Amino acid sequence: MQTKVVAAAVEPPSETETSVAVRGVKRGFRGARREPLLALAGVDLHVGANEVLGVVGPSGCGKSTLLELVAGLQEPDGGSVEVAGRSTAKARRELCAFMPQRDLLLPWRDALGNAALALECQGVPREEARSRAAPLLERFGLRGFEGARPAQLSGGMRQRVAFMRTLLPGRPVLLLDEPFASLDSITRASMQAWLADALAGEPRTVLLVTHDVEEALFLSDRVAVLSARPGRVMQELEVPLPRPRDRRAAVTDPELARLRERALEVLGS
Amino acid sequence: MRRWLPASALLLAFVGAWAWLASLPSVDDLTLASPAEVWGAFGDDRDLLLDNARVTLVEVLLGLVVSIVAGVTFAVAMHLSRTLRDATYPLLVASQAVPIVVLAPIFVLAFDYGIGPKLAIVALICFFPITVNVLDGLRSVEQDHLKLMRSFGASRLRTLRSVEVPAALPSFFSGLRVAATVSVIGAVFGEWAGADEGLGRLVLLGNNQLQTPRVYAGVVLLTLMAVALFTLVTLLERLTCPWNRSERTA
Ligand SMILES: Nc1ncnc2c1ncn2[C@@H]1O[C@H](COP(=O)(O)OP(=O)(O)OP(=O)(O)O)[C@@H](O)[C@H]1O
Ligand SMILES: [Mg+2]
Repeated sequence: MQTKVVAAAVEPPSETETSVAVRGVKRGFRGARREPLLALAGVDLHVGANEVLGVVGPSGCGKSTLLELVAGLQEPDGGSVEVAGRSTAKARRELCAFMPQRDLLLPWRDALGNAALALECQGVPREEARSRAAPLLERFGLRGFEGARPAQLSGGMRQRVAFMRTLLPGRPVLLLDEPFASLDSITRASMQAWLADALAGEPRTVLLVTHDVEEALFLSDRVAVLSARPGRVMQELEVPLPRPRDRRAAVTDPELARLRERALEVLGS
Repeated sequence: MRRWLPASALLLAFVGAWAWLASLPSVDDLTLASPAEVWGAFGDDRDLLLDNARVTLVEVLLGLVVSIVAGVTFAVAMHLSRTLRDATYPLLVASQAVPIVVLAPIFVLAFDYGIGPKLAIVALICFFPITVNVLDGLRSVEQDHLKLMRSFGASRLRTLRSVEVPAALPSFFSGLRVAATVSVIGAVFGEWAGADEGLGRLVLLGNNQLQTPRVYAGVVLLTLMAVALFTLVTLLERLTCPWNRSERTA
């Protein structure tokens, strides 16, 4: 029932065979005193088509930078990034839907208008974009808030609007940067369940950045654990359970418990 | 209502001080008319004042419209083209350094006695705050918003329309507020350079003919006009940028 609502609102991805390959990616910035600051020190990752890869790591280790690199919003200083075998930034931008860590809603647009923004950017007429966004808004518990401006929404509501904005264009690759971080635990669990169901109904290639190891394990096929800055992949953990998973079963599953211990151990080292 | 109280009290105090100053024997009646005399002039010269005020108001409003159209167009063009911005910014600043008082008679020579030179002067004065503020507003956009639009594959025009223009609206209104206030001064300069009607001319004439109460009545009207325009712009801003207010109070 739930996936049906989504299927009506979200366009199916035009291309399904979309994998993401990150090879030896380095990325540096200038620090506050203009000193060189290495954010990513040679990251290797592969996300197969329709696979969900969780990315966890300590704050500041370069997770957001990694997503922006895949999204085609930054270029690596070394190594290469490919989405569906294409490495130009423009191609990557066209294939990926990027949900930034901050919601970045436009303060002058109402919730519905913000959710519809990405669709409008693709040339969908305003009214049509809004009517396609409306069912999702309702599905995510924002009925009655269609006309509310971001300043009138709670942090969790804003995050949900940003999430819808990311889903609606139906891009084959989803890049989610801590999508549920500012939600309360009940809403977060329901959003996670929704995402898991939606991905089962309509598979996408997903890079899911989160600071929540449990969330990563619940939603992903594999979880990459990054080191502190400069970030590199310290360990990849396979989650050997089929998706979508049942939350209660997941909580008690001994294998998941073992993986969680392992991830926390790597993160703590 | 509470918010108006301090301002009203101060205004009352000001009028009181004015009345007291005017009543001093050492102050010449020709230099300073008392509030009562000015009030009297409003009664005696009512039609004269209103007719001339209407003329000045038309000059001010038309001049503002010209400067808004020109200023916004110019600012958007400068925003879109780096070359244009670099080339014209010094000229833009220079246009403000030119003393308007000197320029006014030349405009009158060029455009004759009609409304033309007044419009040109009002527009010249108002163009600057509008252009500079709109340009700043367009550039004040959050970089992350632009990044987001890029990730959506938005066209340049779409980004301008959906992000940069709305973000620039509050700045535009700041510029317009300044413009609305100085526009009245512009119209007065224009009339001083040569006119046969308008409040500026009335004030100048009244001064020559030693009709001091009428001069002050004219000045009060000009001030009221500027204040009214300022208030109008503020109201317009509240109507057009409601998000700006709710965010500030949130
Ligand atoms: N545009 C930039 N300019 C300068 N430094 C940057 C820039 N972007 C990121 N950095 C630096 O790169 C490092 C990694 O930043 P990033 O935002 O990718 O971390 P993160 O893993 O997402 O952190 P968090 O979990 O707190 O969101 C940080 O030290 C940050 O200061
Ligand atoms: Mg981050």
